[in-house]
This record gives sequence, C-alpha cells and structure tokens, in this order.
Amino acid sequence: MTTMATPTQSTTDTPAAYNPKSESVGAKRAKSVIFHAVALILTAIVLYPALWMIASSFKPNSEIGGQNTSLWSNNFSFDNFVTAMDGIGGVSTLQFFTNSLILALGAVVGTILSASVSAYAFARINFPGRSLFFGMMIATLLLPFHVVIIPQYIIFQQLGLVDTYVPLLIGKFLAGDAFFVFLMVQFMRGLPAELDEAARIDGAGHARIFRSIMLPLMKPALISTSIFSFIWSWNDFLGPLLYLNTPDKYPLPLALRLFVDQTQSSDYGAMIAMSVLALLPVLIFFLIFQRYIVEGVSTQGLKG
Amino acid sequence: MTQSPTLSRRPASSTSPLPRKPRRRGADARAGYTFLLPWLLGFIALTVGPMISSLYLSFTNYNLFEPPKWIGLDNYTTLFQDERFLQSVGVTVGYVVFGTPLKLAAALAVAMLLNSKRRGQGFYRSAFYAPSLIGASVSIAIVWKAMFGDAGPVDQGLSFFGINLGGWVGNPAMTMPMFILLTVWQFGAPMVIFLAGLKQIPGELYEAASMDGAGPVRKFFNITWPMLSPVIFFNLLMETIHAFQIFASAYIISNGEGGPAGSTLFYTLYLYLRGFSDFRMGYASAMAWLLVVVVGIITLIFFRTSKSWVHYSGDSK
Repeated sequence: MTTMATPTQSTTDTPAAYNPKSESVGAKRAKSVIFHAVALILTAIVLYPALWMIASSFKPNSEIGGQNTSLWSNNFSFDNFVTAMDGIGGVSTLQFFTNSLILALGAVVGTILSASVSAYAFARINFPGRSLFFGMMIATLLLPFHVVIIPQYIIFQQLGLVDTYVPLLIGKFLAGDAFFVFLMVQFMRGLPAELDEAARIDGAGHARIFRSIMLPLMKPALISTSIFSFIWSWNDFLGPLLYLNTPDKYPLPLALRLFVDQTQSSDYGAMIAMSVLALLPVLIFFLIFQRYIVEGVSTQGLKG
Repeated sequence: MTQSPTLSRRPASSTSPLPRKPRRRGADARAGYTFLLPWLLGFIALTVGPMISSLYLSFTNYNLFEPPKWIGLDNYTTLFQDERFLQSVGVTVGYVVFGTPLKLAAALAVAMLLNSKRRGQGFYRSAFYAPSLIGASVSIAIVWKAMFGDAGPVDQGLSFFGINLGGWVGNPAMTMPMFILLTVWQFGAPMVIFLAGLKQIPGELYEAASMDGAGPVRKFFNITWPMLSPVIFFNLLMETIHAFQIFASAYIISNGEGGPAGSTLFYTLYLYLRGFSDFRMGYASAMAWLLVVVVGIITLIFFRTSKSWVHYSGDSK
C-alpha cells in the first residue's frame, strides 16, 4: 500500500492527548486493554451486517432466517451464487456486470477529463468572472439535485435519449460532480506557483502547463477522484432507475431490484448472493485502497 | 511531491504568477473560459437551465404528453392539503432531526476514542469507514431489510433479552428507528473528518488545562468543542443536507411504495412517485422547489447561527 501524501495535510498519527507523567505503567496498560476491548466490540457491531451478508450468501435458504443466528453454517455451498449468476429476465448477471463496468469506467474517464481542466481554470488562470463562477460551483454542492431531475428527464426524453447511457454519462463529461472539481481546485492551490511562473518565462502556454506540469503532479487527487467516482457510479440507483427501461441495459443495482421484485420471498439465498456480487468491486476496491480512501476523506472532506 | 529548491524563491501564495500586462490579460481570459468550458456547459445545460424550467413547471400541470398548462400557485396550495405529502415531510424531518445528531455524536465519540497513539488505529479507522462507502447501495438496503425483518437476526438477538418486536420492517412504529440505525451505522465518513480536525488541536492546550486541574469534561467543553467547531459545523451542514436526500434505501426497503402505512414515505420517494409513476411533473417540480427553499433556509440559518459558536483560528485557511 503506497501512502500518497497530499500537500494540504498529512494524517500520520500524532498524539493529541496529553499523558500526565504521574501515570503508572500498569494504568497505561489497563487503559490500552480497555481501548482495544471497546474498539473491537465496535468493530464487530459495525462489520456485522457485512459479515452476515457474506455468510448468508453461502447458506441454504432454510438457514438464513428463523432460529439460525450463527454466522457459520455446516451446509456451506456456492449454490446461491450459481443461481444468482443466472441473472434475471433472460439476462445473465455477467451482462449486468459489464453494464455496470461500462457506466463506472465512463464516469471515471469523463470526470477525470472534465474536472481536471475546469479545476485548472479555477485554480491557476486569472480571468474575469472566476470568483463568481467558483461561488456558483460551490453552491451546487449544497443544491438538492432533485430540483434538476425532472427537467433533465424531459430534455433527454425529447432528445430520444431515454434508455441509453447518454443521460447517465453526459454529466460526468461536463464536470457535473462539483465535488471533484472542488477537490482538484484545492489540491492545485497547494502546488507551488513558481512552477507555472518558470514555465511561463520559458514560453509555455496554459495548455502546456496543464498537460506537462499540473497533470503529473495531480496524481493523488486524480486517483482519489477515480476511486470515488467509480464507486459512486457503481452504487448509483436513482439515475439508472429513471433512465433505463430494458433489462439488458441494467447495471447491477437495478438488476438487483428486479431480482428482489420477482423472487421476493422464494429465493432469499440467491438474493443475498446477488447483493454480494453487486458489492464485490466496491469491497475489493476498499480492501486494496482502504488506507488511501480513508485518508482522502479526512484530507479533502469527501463524503461516502 | 519533490520540488527543485531553485524554484522556491518566493512564497507560494499568488495564483496569478506573472505581473499582469494587458495583453496577457486578454489571453488569460480566453484560456480561462476555454478550460472552464466543460463545467460551464454542464452548469448551464444541466443545472441552471433545468432549475429555471423546473421553477416554471412547478406552476403548471404537465404530464409529459400534453403541453404544460399554467395553473399558477395551485400545485403549492394543493401540496399543503395533500396528506401523503404532509406525511412525507413528517417522515423526512423525523429522520433528519433524530438521525443526523445521533450519527454525528457517534462519529465524534468514536473519533475521540481513536485520537490517541495506539496500535491498530489504521485498522479501526478503515473498519468504521467501510459502511459509509456501501451504506447507500441497494445491496445494503436488501441486507438491512432481511436483518430487521420478521425473525431476522436483529429480532432474534433482541428476543434473547426478552424483547419481542415481531420484525421492524412491517411495523410502522419501528421503521423510523430502523432507518436511523442505518444512517448512524454510516458514522465513518464524518468520523474520519472529525479525526483530521482533532489532530489539528495543539496538545499544549490540554497540557495547560491539566496543569490547571481541568477534568475530561471541562477539557471537552473548553478545548475540544470550540477548537473543533468549524469541523462540527461542516459535518452538521453536509450531513443534514445529505439526510434530506435519502432515496435508494427508502425505495428498496419499502418496495418503492413508502409502506407500511406510509411510515417510510420519504420526501424524495414521494417526489419520485409523483413525477415518474403518476407523471405529475408539475406537482413534483413544486415539491423539488420546496426542498430547495427549505435546504436553502436551513443552510442560511446554520451560517447565521454559526457565528456564535463556530470559532476560526487566525491561521486557518
């Protein structure tokens, strides 16, 4: 795991609490034991739903509800996953996976391209109206997006783009997530101005400064944006619910909902197994990048 | 982030690196708008334009198939006689008012627990953050529904203590606590932000307070709380606005209907049903604009009242 420090702040553990010198070694040890006991109990409670989901996905239906509360089953099997992989409505789960992947990768590419150039304008170019637009961009962070979904739907409907991926992706290519623009602006402001200065004296224009100096230095911010935009797109439910109506275009969350609607109480195990499948990339991402994700949140104020 | 020492002769504060010349200025303006183009296009086409048309639609009857018909304030007046609407307001306000403070209290308490040099801090931070990443997903909504369902693990666990609720999902009195637990469970995101804030508080302050004989309670109220107030303010504002917009879990847990007995009819769910099931686009637009106004007023109140309790130290950015 690489630690990518951001220029804004490092989050290494520094003791903020003061330890009185009078404290004995025994008291310190007792405090440490209590700390770990509390923290471990909390961890167990917090992780229980995820553990329950994973454990249940390997259990036969009869053992998921009812009197069986233990996480461990003696009838451990992959049957639920086999059923879940069959998909629903004549569409295989692999297809849903592919759809989710297309949408998530499209979101990453679009966001990286558009947010980085827009952020460069806000952070490094002095032009009339900059602070006004910057203020508006910040305001959109607080705006409930429900106010735009109805007109947006009407526009895309009139353009004949409902049931395509265009409405789901176009916003990403137009820096629609103000959050990422803001994150990159903050990051770029932390980079020394002398870099641009020197490049300008050498005769470089903005395009060149952006491409050859800023982009390479912005790697941590770009990675953090990629991770979050992938995960958010992967988990998105409302967008696909509004715009997609043929099952073979569904991403996983929508397929999952269809699955729930049609299997309701009959195949609980398969439903849970499919929930696990739908979360799999997020869980894998989290395990690989967890340290970086958590630090990204604390330094940039990202929301989960 | 290495930086060649010869470059850093001057402090890195200015964003316009060169002394401005008129010629440069024109070039900068052109470059600025060129680079800003994606955001500008999106802002106009996907935010400002839709906001204006949503405001217009809120004064009309529009079902997507016939042209909008101007009806003045009718949508707004009808809203306040619509029992389902009033119920959705009640449900959402209850969720925001109880869920957000509980979540933030949990976040702050755990952040303080983790804010000391001990082994395993990184592990705990990651473990506690994980739910924030998956909490709003359809998968977790399904898991929540199963766990809190009739004879689900939560029910089983409670019956061990002699409490028999007979499932939370089907009981209108218990659905709100279930949703509040779902949001409190995601305390990790604000917790991590609190942790970053706690680390900024100089240890000498606590040291000095200890010398003066202050106990943990006084230290909390006289040092931690005021020093952390900008972060508390940020988290409170973001989490409140966020809570108003809960949708996916509400949709999945209630089968897209807001049941039982309307106890999970969240504002955004009702807006969705009105707009996209009943095709009452004008009505739903009026709802959307009311939400904007309410969120705007809340933000304003937060900023106004913050002057009395949020302290910014001189050296903060």
